[in-house]
Amino acid sequence: MIDIGLGHYLTLGAIIFTIGIVGIFLNRKNIIVILMSIELILLAVNINFVAFSIFLNDISGQIFTLFILTVAAAEAAIGLAIIVVYYRNSSTIRVEEINSLKG
Amino acid sequence: MLAHSIFFYIFSSIAIISAIMVTVSKNTVHSVFFLILDFISISCLFIMIGAEFIGMIMLIVYVGAVAVLFLFVVMMLNVAQQKNQWFSSSESSKHVPTGLIISVIIFFELIIVISGWKYKPDLIPAMSLNINNDITNTHSIGYVLYTDYIHIFQLSGMILLVAMIGAIVLTFRQRSGVKKQSYFSQISRERQDSIEMVDVESNKGVKFDD
Repeated sequence: MIDIGLGHYLTLGAIIFTIGIVGIFLNRKNIIVILMSIELILLAVNINFVAFSIFLNDISGQIFTLFILTVAAAEAAIGLAIIVVYYRNSSTIRVEEINSLKG
Repeated sequence: MLAHSIFFYIFSSIAIISAIMVTVSKNTVHSVFFLILDFISISCLFIMIGAEFIGMIMLIVYVGAVAVLFLFVVMMLNVAQQKNQWFSSSESSKHVPTGLIISVIIFFELIIVISGWKYKPDLIPAMSLNINNDITNTHSIGYVLYTDYIHIFQLSGMILLVAMIGAIVLTFRQRSGVKKQSYFSQISRERQDSIEMVDVESNKGVKFDD
């Protein structure tokens, strides 16, 4: 309990990952919060990478964290651009009212 | 060691609570603020564990760029006042039990994997990228990032370029009916096109084409 090991960081990553998935499933408000949940999931993955990198004494985990950071930034930019275009066309981004595909 | 564990529990509890608040808070602007708090506490954890460069880059990229981008979009779209309606409509409450069950199953799967994970002591690492304690974290990342991973590094730059062009192309629109200067037609105007010398006879006047 006092000694912080790899398991603590992995558990923290698992908890934040699960919170992100719950946010995707249960969100009914707007689609921006879903994008933020995706950011939370990527953050949990980053926690796992950095924890393994430190505790296994291998630098490549931190390198891959940098690449995940890059992809996450690109994904946020594209997703927000799509949301802006959708809001311009249909003037709503509520999750329930986005039903053009009848999903 | 005690201080390390105390700080770990403080930062991780702040991170978990703010992650919960991101998903449940009624105002979207508050969600973005809690997302910023989450990123800050996680980067504090990274700095504490010894990955200083990643922690600082997380602060710059996420808090400085991504969260501000979210904040811009939330305030631009005027959705901040749309209240979060949890389980209110019958249409959405069908998905709630399925989502909860799937999330709980994922969480327990992760916990089982974590608690059963064991690092083989005789496992030889595939690449010898061991962390050298004589040089700083930034140095060791730079030594590996610009040598072994140079192609992936360039590729991530290409990904950012494509994302930038895609975002501009998606959100760019040509408005009609807007008066603005056309520099090219102004500059390329010639003297012969616009001025004509006319001999005016007396008492006749000048007849214009238009």
